[in-house]
Amino acid sequence: MVLGLLTVAVLADVLANDKPYYMRYRGKDYFPIFRGYLVKLGVGKWPPEILNVDYRDLGAERALFPPVPYRSDGVDLAAPFADPSLDHWLGTDKLGRDVMAGIIHGSRVSLSIGFVSVGISLVIGIVLGALAGFFGSWVDLVISRLFELMLAIPTFFLLITIAAVLPPSIFLTMTIIGLTSWVGIARFTRNEFLMIRNLDYVTAAIALGVSNRKIMFRHILPNALAPVMVSVVLGIAAAILVESSLSFLGIGVPADLVTWGSILNEARSNTFAWWLAVFPGVAIFVTVLAYYLVGEGLRDALDPRLRGSQG
Amino acid sequence: MTEFPTQPSLQAEPPAPHAGQAGEADRPLLEVRDLVKHYPVRTATLFGAWGLIRAVDGVSFDIARGETLGLVGESGCGKTTTGRCILQLEQPTSGQVHYDGQSLTQIEEMALRKIRRRMQVIFQDPYSSLNPRMTIGQIIGEPLKVHRILPSQGARAQRVAELLNFVGLLPVHGNRYPHELSGGQRQRVGIARALALEPNFIVCDEPVSALDVSIQAQIINLLEELQESFGLTYLFIAHDLSVVRHISDRIAVMYLGKVVELADRQELYENPLHPYTKALLSAVPIPDPLVEAKRESIVLKGEVPSPLNPPSGCAFHPRCPIAISECQGVVPDLREIRPGHWVACIRV
Repeated sequence: MVLGLLTVAVLADVLANDKPYYMRYRGKDYFPIFRGYLVKLGVGKWPPEILNVDYRDLGAERALFPPVPYRSDGVDLAAPFADPSLDHWLGTDKLGRDVMAGIIHGSRVSLSIGFVSVGISLVIGIVLGALAGFFGSWVDLVISRLFELMLAIPTFFLLITIAAVLPPSIFLTMTIIGLTSWVGIARFTRNEFLMIRNLDYVTAAIALGVSNRKIMFRHILPNALAPVMVSVVLGIAAAILVESSLSFLGIGVPADLVTWGSILNEARSNTFAWWLAVFPGVAIFVTVLAYYLVGEGLRDALDPRLRGSQG
Repeated sequence: MTEFPTQPSLQAEPPAPHAGQAGEADRPLLEVRDLVKHYPVRTATLFGAWGLIRAVDGVSFDIARGETLGLVGESGCGKTTTGRCILQLEQPTSGQVHYDGQSLTQIEEMALRKIRRRMQVIFQDPYSSLNPRMTIGQIIGEPLKVHRILPSQGARAQRVAELLNFVGLLPVHGNRYPHELSGGQRQRVGIARALALEPNFIVCDEPVSALDVSIQAQIINLLEELQESFGLTYLFIAHDLSVVRHISDRIAVMYLGKVVELADRQELYENPLHPYTKALLSAVPIPDPLVEAKRESIVLKGEVPSPLNPPSGCAFHPRCPIAISECQGVVPDLREIRPGHWVACIRV
């Protein structure tokens, strides 16, 4: 499921694009999508005859378009608020942008926000949680107070405030979500470390003269990871929700970037266009659900005891 | 913090409880002097006062090279804590531990890590003592890697196979995970891990208590064989007198953080002097119905008192069948009643 989402995100350009894969135009063969990458990389140039043209109106002899032949930001003022139809599978918004293309390209934003922000909080959370749980005493005391301090900061309002002051940027949003949401992971890690530190195999490692760093990373961390992973995956889901909420409010990411939240936002002011609310909503729901399932699967896969009982 | 009666007799005289066999020239391998471990605990109430759990309260003994000292006592009497304090897995509150003449209580971190190669531990619970995410080979090979004894992987694998062989396992077990082995096999892995660094001294912390009786005998025999082949010295902790009897040269009996009696195995079993030791021995069944029927059995009244709030004087007096009023006031010293037989009781 999540792999499917990843595929969609990676292949967004290929799945939804206004350029055809292949076309034959005035007796010559073109591969406009792939040519597009070359141009972006600075390797190739657009042939002048197809520079800035609308491929659908070009009247090529033969052309093979992607399944969704629109760009997410392809404005079509002739067809605002089009109902879902064969032309626009999930309809269009007020600027005539195709919702299907928007959802496909929006998956990139959602997934990268999820991964990057949780990646940041994972690093902070595991390091602090491990230190607190392993060393205990005053280290634990200081770090635990820091947890409580962080919990008292309302992430969402901090984001709104920062978005109001600084120019909207997807990277900034990721960083802020990451920097404010590590407490859960850190607490899980700390609790696991506290528990595992007192097990005999850790005592044995101390008695064998293994260094603290090795004990933390080789003996405790792998055994602490399974429950932490679950909170990580939930964290990804939460980050996606936060980003959607922000886009819904019209802040956080640049206005011209189509995300699931920004499509939903349009539904708010245009209540008759039900497709603007339902489809991105379903996309968010399915993604979050998929992450929950992945969390479960991960926990089973990481545990050699379960692996053994299956084999 | 450590306002408790010390035992001047032990501090003054160097030949503390010690087996007579060794000459004066070679020192005992391990000397424990007035070892104390107190844990501060908070009572359950809000703003509760701090109390002290006197887990180990002035324990002294020596262990000679190649000897096995059995350490017995009820649960919670401080046996395990004593073992952990000796290995510096717990910081003792006060007291001295000398290993081969070197003080372990005032030692640098690096030097301690080095000396850990010489002393190892075998745990009670074979399930929690092995890291579930490492293969047996990794578990046994880790100390060799950490101490850079065998940095090359091939040599390490060979040594691991050798160690597995010592403890009666097969080289194929090296690729298994702990959960794929039985309790007895896991305990053998724990022993192999302890042997990897070729230690002189091993603390066996109730190594057979968690095992089936049939497996217990195998492990005990294995430990004895290994002692013979490698010249090991054991501190064998157990709550079961019959297990200790089999393997120990001398036996120390602990009650509430103190050693109450210490003697040669033969002497202790045939001629126990402390009333607590007598009670413990009378609880060991004798596999002869005639003898069993005739002998008197001493059943102790009451529970073990809390080490948070130990009784005054002799800690055993509330349960002691021969206690007199004086016992409430006097903390009995460990005295040498006969050569090599030490007892802490004023009535003896």
